[in-house]
Amino acid sequence: MAECHPVGFQWVMEAKARGAKLIHVDPRFTRTSALADIHVPLRAGTDIAFLGGIINYVLQNDKYFREYVVAYTNAPVILTEDFADTEDLDGVFSGFDPEHRSYDFHTWQYQGLAVQAASGERDQEYEDRGGQDRERVSAVREAGRGEAHGSGGAKIPSGSPDTDETLSHPRCIFQVLKRHFARYTPQTVEDICGIPQETFRQVCELLTENSGRDRTTAFAYAVGWTQHTVGVQYIRTAAILQTLLGNIGRPGGGIMALRGHASIQGSTDIPTLFNLLPGYLPMPHAYGNQTLDTFIEAESTEKGYWANMRAYMVSLLKAYWGAKATPENDFCFDYLPRLTGSHSTYETVMAQLAGDCKGYFLYGENPAVGSANAKMQRLGMASLDWLVVLDFSLIESATWWKDGPEIETGELRTEDIGTEVFFMPAAAHTEKAGSYTNTQRLLQWHHQAVESPGDARSDLWFTFHLGRKIREKLAGSTDEMDRPILDLTWDYPTQGRLAEPDAEAVLAEINGWDSNGRPLASYEQLNSDGSTVCGCWIYCGVYANGVNQAARRRPAGEQNWVANEWGWAWPANRRILYNRASADPDGKPWSERKALVWWDQEKAMWAGHDVPDFSAAKSPHYRPPAAARGAEALSGIDPFVMQADGKAWLFVPVGLTDGPLPAHYEPQDSPFRNRLYTQQRNPVRQVLPFRHPDNRLQPSGDQPGSELFPYVATTYRLTEHHTAGGMTRWLPYLAELQPEFFCEVSPELAAQRGLEHLGWATVITARNVVECRVLVTDRMTPLTVQGRRMHQVGLPYHWGVAGYTTGDSANDLTGMSLDPNVHIQEVKAFACDIQPGRRPRGPARAELVASYQRRAGITEQTGMEI
Amino acid sequence: MGVRSWIEEWPVLRQVADSDPLGRGAAAKSGASKHLAPRVATADKVVKSICPYCAVGCGQNVYVKEGKVVQIEGDPQSPVSRGRLCPKGSASLQLTTGPARRHQVMYRRPHATEWEVIPLEQAMDMIADRVIKSRRGRWQWEANGTRVRRTMGIATLGGATLDNEENYLIKKLFTALGAIQIENQARV
Ligand code: SF4
Repeated sequence: MAECHPVGFQWVMEAKARGAKLIHVDPRFTRTSALADIHVPLRAGTDIAFLGGIINYVLQNDKYFREYVVAYTNAPVILTEDFADTEDLDGVFSGFDPEHRSYDFHTWQYQGLAVQAASGERDQEYEDRGGQDRERVSAVREAGRGEAHGSGGAKIPSGSPDTDETLSHPRCIFQVLKRHFARYTPQTVEDICGIPQETFRQVCELLTENSGRDRTTAFAYAVGWTQHTVGVQYIRTAAILQTLLGNIGRPGGGIMALRGHASIQGSTDIPTLFNLLPGYLPMPHAYGNQTLDTFIEAESTEKGYWANMRAYMVSLLKAYWGAKATPENDFCFDYLPRLTGSHSTYETVMAQLAGDCKGYFLYGENPAVGSANAKMQRLGMASLDWLVVLDFSLIESATWWKDGPEIETGELRTEDIGTEVFFMPAAAHTEKAGSYTNTQRLLQWHHQAVESPGDARSDLWFTFHLGRKIREKLAGSTDEMDRPILDLTWDYPTQGRLAEPDAEAVLAEINGWDSNGRPLASYEQLNSDGSTVCGCWIYCGVYANGVNQAARRRPAGEQNWVANEWGWAWPANRRILYNRASADPDGKPWSERKALVWWDQEKAMWAGHDVPDFSAAKSPHYRPPAAARGAEALSGIDPFVMQADGKAWLFVPVGLTDGPLPAHYEPQDSPFRNRLYTQQRNPVRQVLPFRHPDNRLQPSGDQPGSELFPYVATTYRLTEHHTAGGMTRWLPYLAELQPEFFCEVSPELAAQRGLEHLGWATVITARNVVECRVLVTDRMTPLTVQGRRMHQVGLPYHWGVAGYTTGDSANDLTGMSLDPNVHIQEVKAFACDIQPGRRPRGPARAELVASYQRRAGITEQTGMEI
Repeated sequence: MGVRSWIEEWPVLRQVADSDPLGRGAAAKSGASKHLAPRVATADKVVKSICPYCAVGCGQNVYVKEGKVVQIEGDPQSPVSRGRLCPKGSASLQLTTGPARRHQVMYRRPHATEWEVIPLEQAMDMIADRVIKSRRGRWQWEANGTRVRRTMGIATLGGATLDNEENYLIKKLFTALGAIQIENQARV
């Protein structure tokens, strides 16, 4: 955090100054470790084993927050007899279908619920409606459905499940959890992660001593946690632990995703993602979502705020198609294109190579350096008809056709590449107005200071005027295909010499208005009859009273510590989500020290320092009548209001594609066998679509050939650079501060391989080979894993061939193997070899890779097994 | 300068007279540095902004003089950052006004070995034509016997330093065009 979110880290230091204990878990010793109470180096790719070990400690030693767990989580819920755990099935859960490499989650159900139509997520809904076609069922699962409901849980069947509040029933979730994690002992943690048992015990004690009524512990992770074939389950493990300790919805608690980009949170809230519409509404799927009714039936929940999905969806369709969207035509629902599987950025690369995808826009993104298997990204672009790059400078993704690594090796020849490339200079943040959503869901407006120079334009300008031109060119078309684009509302006011669209007018549409055109104040005002317009329901209220709430800047010194009058956080300006959980079931703070919101008996209202994340007048003693639905169906002790049952889920009955509980699996390419189960890797990870000669995978564990890749590499960022370098390698100051691509290795590894400090090293995987400067440093700790001495190689991934500082790209080494829930690539843990000296030039570069593949016996089957 | 003020300006005297006995504070200030003014003091206006790099979201004050950005500093009023910026945020003046920024549209023809400069308006026209063509060329009404109403011909990948308003328009436009391969750094 001190490296990558330095200014945020000041608050960690404030907490430390007040007595907080700081634990830093990272394969590297960094500036964060230097200031921590304990630094815990571990083998990259083993966090589930580590966190699972802590969960086991908490459960075995009764260190969980019992009242919180009983009242606010699904721990007391009893599962049906059909569920079988990884403990029973040696590393897979019940419902595993090896042929289609997917899970059927019917056996992960709560006892006592009607298992009938519409049980579980839409995928299951399709299945239950008679969909026997397994291909289709897996196509729906692949479509990233688990990611929809990003601000809450998926649908569960109606009714109330059987529970045991004593938590002793053998099939209650609490007991299931206890058995599941029983083998994650300190010895196992030591064997898998390389963490000495004494260090591990210290961590467990510090965590549990600092959790409970009077104290809370926060987890902060950088999004490297998501970059694993089990990325979602990493976060799940942390969520289980934090929920058991009662650290969610409370001040100083939570799990903070420290995102690396100014508006990466905003980019999922108002997504440019294939599987989502604004506000985590799922994109319709061709199988089962052909009409608005079937869509709502399959996607919405009965209880909680997702029960109002029709209102959110209809208001969005009204924002898109205005007066053309009517009840008679299903509000133009049919205008939305449908998914038939995963269409993530990595599938797009395969589609480019196959010649299916012809044109590509890169809006401030540099996949030729920043995406996994960067070589395949470049080869994909070389197969396009046309490419549009919008950026500040001539980044690698704009110039690969003349100076990419494949030109140097002779694999591509400039004259043979038919791709047309447009480079469009981009406007800087100072030259446009708009909002970023930071990592705490906080929208902050930046104002325009000056107009952009020359032909530089904002992406808002580019998109608006491109749409305007396309509509002009298609005007008068009677082709049904063109109706959605011609009927689109696309009439934003523009300003100034450059005809820049008014960003505040776009924000006003995102916020929405009522039938009289008055700005809405809350998503509770949205209707499903077409009388309200709203471009993103979770952002409703950001333009309440016609005032840009994101632009509020009441100085920090003039308000309380929550600072509610600086910017605007979704939903409803709440700064801590689910903060009802900061009070006990009766509505009193768990302790004075940790008071955040509470039930004010006199006023019969929730009150507090933050905006309560709960119906303001709902008493803690409210219990819903049997017929209630939506928010009314949640009781006064259901703080997790976006969940279908208002509870935090220790066990996930629906919504995840790879299991209801996290289990430790080895990374795709690993020098070690899975010490816990026969099942080596995540059985449903996504690898099959990426079978390609340039994406070869490696033998793992004790398979022959794995000894050629004995080290574990991990990629990371430096303070002075940003992602793929597009915004930093062209800045003289930053280029000077971090002038060269390097690897970090321990003195022991340096001695083993003959690597010299400040000399050169060549790093090799089955995909590619790169060279870098060597930094020999004690910051990399050799670990003992499964009785073997193990070394890790640290690789910052900012470099490419252009800019003031140049170097090979670490992502040339990484492969495409993805998490099955969210389709994020595994780049934070992979096996490699390292040799002294520079890499070969020209055709010899590819020959070196080929020789490793031959010696390791790598074929197109390697690493593809379940 | 009169004799009196010359004597009063004598650092040793100020050291004693101005309660700075060790001469490490105000007394050590020279006449030259006394008359220095911060770059931001002469700015025509200060515009409130947010750092464009990481998701901490530090507040920035953008100083503008004669229509140009002359300095970017941390905003002390921000409850997020209290005026601090890290090396990247501090370098954002160079990001926005530095020499590496391109100001012209560039075009590479198929099989060409070099760029050529083309007017913005022409580029917009050419891109619109290509979108229309590729969209039509790969249009699907059905896939596997089910209605899909989409095009597989166009894809986008956006960085996550885009404004919410920009993402909103991108998703809206390309969804209306029938494109589904709309992606973001958020997945990478
Ligand atoms: S100044 Fe640094 S820490 Fe703050 S938002 Fe910018 S990059 Fe992040």
